[in-house]
Amino acid sequence: MAIITSKDLDLFYGEKQALNQINIEFYEKEITALIGPSGCGKSTFLRTLNRMNDLIPGVTINGEVQFNGQDIYGSSMDVVMLRKQMGMVFQQPNPFPFSIYDNVTYGLRLQQQTYTKEELDQIVEESLKAAAVWDDVKDKLNKSALSLSGGQQQRVCIARVLAVKPDVILLDEPTSALDPVSSGKIEEMLYDLKEDYTMIMVTHNMPQASRISDRTAFFLNGDLIEYAPTKEIFLNPKKIETENYITGKFG
Amino acid sequence: MEHIRESLIKKSKKAKLEQIGKFVSFLCITLIVLVVVAIFYFVASKGLATFFDNGVHLKDFLFGKVWNPSSVDKQGKPLVGALPMIMGSLLVTFLSAIVATPFAIGAAIFMTEISPKLGTKILQPVIELLVGIPSVVYGFIGLSVVVPAVRNVFGGSGFGILSGTFVLFVMILPTVTSMTVDALKSVPRHYREASLALGATRWQTIYKVVLRAATPGIMTAVVFGMSRAFGEALAIQMVIGNAALMPHSLTSPAATLTSILTMGIGNTIMGTLENNVLWSLALILLTMSLLFNILIRWIGKKGEMK
Repeated sequence: MAIITSKDLDLFYGEKQALNQINIEFYEKEITALIGPSGCGKSTFLRTLNRMNDLIPGVTINGEVQFNGQDIYGSSMDVVMLRKQMGMVFQQPNPFPFSIYDNVTYGLRLQQQTYTKEELDQIVEESLKAAAVWDDVKDKLNKSALSLSGGQQQRVCIARVLAVKPDVILLDEPTSALDPVSSGKIEEMLYDLKEDYTMIMVTHNMPQASRISDRTAFFLNGDLIEYAPTKEIFLNPKKIETENYITGKFG
Repeated sequence: MEHIRESLIKKSKKAKLEQIGKFVSFLCITLIVLVVVAIFYFVASKGLATFFDNGVHLKDFLFGKVWNPSSVDKQGKPLVGALPMIMGSLLVTFLSAIVATPFAIGAAIFMTEISPKLGTKILQPVIELLVGIPSVVYGFIGLSVVVPAVRNVFGGSGFGILSGTFVLFVMILPTVTSMTVDALKSVPRHYREASLALGATRWQTIYKVVLRAATPGIMTAVVFGMSRAFGEALAIQMVIGNAALMPHSLTSPAATLTSILTMGIGNTIMGTLENNVLWSLALILLTMSLLFNILIRWIGKKGEMK
């Protein structure tokens, strides 16, 4: 079932058009990879889904993005609620300069609902376990998250997102700043998370996209060139641009 | 071969210039260090003379409540109690910092988070202008506006800690604000993004992430403002009343270390107790500003370690 649908989505940075008529559907409990050369608009597209582009002055958006049947750019949409349901993991690990525990509970402490210490402890443990970083940090939950390695920081950031229990997780090149071993761990973890979450991931790493994603969308110069199950895209792409990109002829 | 060998062994022109540059910059820093050391030595030697040459007990100086260096008490000890001035200085410093901090943080949040455009275009220049206004102008405005206002509202003469606090508040506000702005600006943008992406409102992001991450910087700003307030002489002297008495209310005339110093230093003879004891006041000022500096560095270091 499609959980997110974008219809004729255009995005402009001032005068410059960054996305042209994007029509795409994302399906529940799947990993969708967005690939394409730098500057092709895939990150921009990802950030329209949780309205992070609102923060950049001069951005105009036309068209529609539906999330569970609701237009996220509609006037009745509560951006705060939307972002709670669409967690985001960034390219650079960006934990807050707080303790690991405070990082994971941050999203919970924003809500109206109050949690007891026991509930918080439990959520912290569950989230860190789901993010495959519990064993690394369980003895130093009160240490600053900045004292961890890059890979551990990124997994704490993922735990921070999981703690809020979003429906969708948007990942903006989550492993590109990390070494291969840390990337591998995160990849495995994302694959396991697929049971419970819908994930949309921007990546430059072709093998990674082919390994863990169910569907792949190829972007080029603000256009969505091709969108199909990952196997098809990688084994027999319909468009010549896709083939050229995947086989490394450009980009 | 030979000329390559030679050029490697011989110092090139550029390398010589490098050495000269090193030497010149070393000379400059030596001069500064010498000046600082000389000032410390001079003030300390004069200030300590009160205790070594004139035989005043440190306890009587720091905790004595009566200031009248030209006369002696019943036991024949000179009346050089500096406590009223120390209290006066500390009171105006802390009160003005307490009043200024919330305003500074509020203004800085507006300038960095709420309206950065207006902040950099209009407010930043205004604040820089405020920093540059000579303190005598502040004092004069204090004397002709603040003092009568305090007199009308709270009674008394209008001179005192309260008027001093108001004047110092306005004087340190721009300094504290612009340093707080720097502290908030140095909070990386990705902290804000991470917070908003987790479903935080703008206010929650400012309050729970930006201010928290900027706390060491904000504390440095406040301490810096306090050190400025503590050392301010002219403006405070014009509004505080300059009565070396223990301040028993915020509106009674009082004095600070700086105001007594500027008032008295021209009217005493070098080498006498009256003169030496003023140097002791200067020594306290110097020590305090040193302490403020150490505090600022310490806060900065603590902030870095995270």
